[in-house]
Amino acid sequence: MGKQKIHIKINGSDMEADVEPRLLLVHCIRDVFGLTGTHIGCDTTHCGACTVHLDGKPIKSCTLFAVQADGCEVTTIEGLEQDGKLHPVQEGFWQEHGLQCGFCTPGMMMTSVALLREKPNPSEDEIRFAISGNLCRCTGYMNIVKSIQYAAQKLRQGA
Amino acid sequence: MPKTSPEIGGMGHSVKRKEDARFIRGKGNYVDDVRLPGMIWLDIVRSPYAHAKINKIDTSKALAIPGVLAVITGQDLAKYNLHWMPTLMSDTQMVLPVEKVMYQAQEVAAVLATDRYVAADGVQAVQVDYEPLPVVVDPIKALEPGAPVLRTDKKDKKDNHIWHWEVGDRAATDKVFNEAEVTVKQDIYLPRIHVSSIETCGCVADFDKVNGKLTVWMTTQAPHAIRTVFALVAGHVGLSEEKIRIISPDIGGGFGGKVPVYPGYVIAVAASVLTGKPVKWIEDRMENLQADSFARDYHISAELASKKDGTLTGLRVKTIADHGYADAAANPSKFPAGLFHICTGSYDFKAAHVEVDGVYTNKPPGGIAYRCSFRVTEAVHAIERMADIMAHELKMDPAEFRLRNFINPEQFPYKSVLGWEYDSGNYGGALRKAMDKIGYAALRQEQGEKRKRGELMGIGISSFTEIVGAGPSKHFDILGIKMFDSAEIRIHPTGKVIARFGTKSQGQGHETTYAQILAEELGIPVNHITVEEGDTDTAPYGLGTYASRSTPTAGAAAAVASRKILDKARKIAAHLLEANEADLDWEPGKFFVRGNPSKAKTIQEIAFAAYTNHPQGMEAGLEAVSYYDPPNLTYPFGSYICVVDVDKGTGEVKIRRFVAVDDCGNIINPMIVEGQIHGGLTMGLAPAMYEEINYDEVGNIQGGSFMDYLLPTAVETPKWETDKTCTPSPHHPLGAKGVGESATVGAPAAIANAVVDALWHLGVRHIDIPITPAKVWKCLREHGVTE
Repeated sequence: MGKQKIHIKINGSDMEADVEPRLLLVHCIRDVFGLTGTHIGCDTTHCGACTVHLDGKPIKSCTLFAVQADGCEVTTIEGLEQDGKLHPVQEGFWQEHGLQCGFCTPGMMMTSVALLREKPNPSEDEIRFAISGNLCRCTGYMNIVKSIQYAAQKLRQGA
Repeated sequence: MPKTSPEIGGMGHSVKRKEDARFIRGKGNYVDDVRLPGMIWLDIVRSPYAHAKINKIDTSKALAIPGVLAVITGQDLAKYNLHWMPTLMSDTQMVLPVEKVMYQAQEVAAVLATDRYVAADGVQAVQVDYEPLPVVVDPIKALEPGAPVLRTDKKDKKDNHIWHWEVGDRAATDKVFNEAEVTVKQDIYLPRIHVSSIETCGCVADFDKVNGKLTVWMTTQAPHAIRTVFALVAGHVGLSEEKIRIISPDIGGGFGGKVPVYPGYVIAVAASVLTGKPVKWIEDRMENLQADSFARDYHISAELASKKDGTLTGLRVKTIADHGYADAAANPSKFPAGLFHICTGSYDFKAAHVEVDGVYTNKPPGGIAYRCSFRVTEAVHAIERMADIMAHELKMDPAEFRLRNFINPEQFPYKSVLGWEYDSGNYGGALRKAMDKIGYAALRQEQGEKRKRGELMGIGISSFTEIVGAGPSKHFDILGIKMFDSAEIRIHPTGKVIARFGTKSQGQGHETTYAQILAEELGIPVNHITVEEGDTDTAPYGLGTYASRSTPTAGAAAAVASRKILDKARKIAAHLLEANEADLDWEPGKFFVRGNPSKAKTIQEIAFAAYTNHPQGMEAGLEAVSYYDPPNLTYPFGSYICVVDVDKGTGEVKIRRFVAVDDCGNIINPMIVEGQIHGGLTMGLAPAMYEEINYDEVGNIQGGSFMDYLLPTAVETPKWETDKTCTPSPHHPLGAKGVGESATVGAPAAIANAVVDALWHLGVRHIDIPITPAKVWKCLREHGVTE
């Protein structure tokens, strides 16, 4: 199958690759760029483990071809920590025990970061609705909600 | 109050998890993250039929695709006698078929290719000529005379019955029922469900031809047992146990689904041995749901006998267990129905009798747990549903009925009529605490008022008793290997520690909690302790993590090994302090001369001396190992109360409140315990309201993807209200019991009881889970509710 050259700015670094048009963005991120923090949990866009930011918006990278991201900026979980300082969402998940096996966690955190960018002070119902496209089998979501509330407060205080 | 300071971080401290440092940065290392030079991909051709003869497999079109390296069929494996494999329950299952397929989505052939996508292309291009055979999906019909016999591979097999198992005194139970003042009977079906950890199963198998060493990175909850099984199954083709290394890296949830050996693992190993290349196999979600081991599928018929005053006297249970086409359950070998005979629950019975029959059908093999110790949820659901039915039948309050029948605290250790010895409990204490927390009396009053207005509100209780921590070697083994577990502790000269265990965390937080046990016992700060698990080349042998057994077994081993270290440390301290051992006292972190606390040696000073200044005649070093054989199982318990409102128009059930009071004995890390209970409750909610896997009459799976197998999201999940009581286990070195599964075991009955409680006055006695709006709506219409 013919290959196509793509350019993606991923976590601030310019990357290029020759990929088949059918290559999913999540496989490009994991297998081509070697960033394995983004996970795959289903085949039907339900679980959200593969959530990344495409030009700042959260998307499920299992449902986009890599060629569709050509010329875009992608942020993955590996791009959250800046200059050795954890993002408040990362801090919140650690502090409030918002993860157990850790498999859904990167996608869950990427969705959370996008939520707080849009709504700095979300209600609990708004948080629950926002993460309803991310499945977690371990935590029962209560501590995830608390983690996001922790991060929201931190961000509002200008952390 | 914790005995140690927060800096030490022993038991009782909510220490932040050590493993999270990598998970929150996307730096975990799960199986699909393993990439080796020269690695190739394996993908699997699966059957569209539930039962069919294979006439021909044509691989030519697949092999013509550039990048497809090979197609492996059952015929290829048969040359090495690897086309069948034993299950953990002494049955057999196919790795790849030679003659026929037995369930939809069964593995038929495997494609090896240079790339994930090319392997999938190859799967599409393999052409299989099937000849459909009659399908048996209903286990009751499977037992009828004239039903097609499925296991034609077993020469003498004339029916689909696998085994009969029973326990208890049949005659005494029949007598109790014959003399009973009141009896109730109910059929209860617990449907097939799937654990659906967010990480599916998979492996990377890497056979090093030069050294003859096989390394397998694998999604397994029991790496050591897997190594032994591989050695036993493939010994005849030259795989010897010392040349097999199983690495269970970070695991994205297990819940019982990563205990069995699936054909994909075996094919990947065979493929790596044949090609000499590393081979990666990762399931997709549909393969995971459709082919991996299911849980439950128990058709239970239960009867309770009672006096008119509400004193329970007898329990009689008959169950048909649908195992699919092979009994591939992951039970201790002596227990084909797991620990289902904990079904007398929290109550004091005079007599009970339980029988279970295993049956073959054209469904995937299995019978694993769903975040549960070997069939305990099935047992709890049966007894807690029946207790509610009896209470309602007697017009007694279900809480009052339970309090009247509980095993009393002074009866422990309590010998049940089905043979278990319950270690400790205070069931009334937990139920009363839950009733106080939720405001039980006021809720009953509200329910009465609402009922007068025609509104449907229900209150459901589940007062469950678990049985976990398998188990004592006298009764518990898997394929003969006793179910101990292990800890190996090494203290370095500077007082820092590495500890390795035979278990394997899949999210439970062992790297933190085991370190806390060592901190508690040795007084060494939790941050100076590294915990490792999952590599069979380095960790001591153990049976793995499932059935809430890590704390009862390996956690106990951690304490016992620590105490061995302290025995030696005391000798070294006496030598350093020029004192008698008997004159030394210990407090976390140091030995000191009794009456003279300034004359002391810290554990760090002792560790240094163990390598630099140990007494003459003593071996250097400071390390210990323990293979802990528990004297008994542990019996965590709790009482849950659920309040629901039912919409008469739509049949929708809304959980208004859910209070969970758990008792898991002494707690290592309260934060982690609470997290486990939140997650467990949500995995109790899931089968109670949403999840089931059904099959149509020709064996097509219904519920084979996340499109229609519904995991609860944050929106459906209620805000759980948790609390605890603490009744330590008298036999566990730390007084702990294990907690990972309690809530999954206890929650479904509370929800089901609440819904039936809301509808009982309409004549509804029972609704099988999952309690979907459609089911409730239909039930309401059948009972005269038309609005």
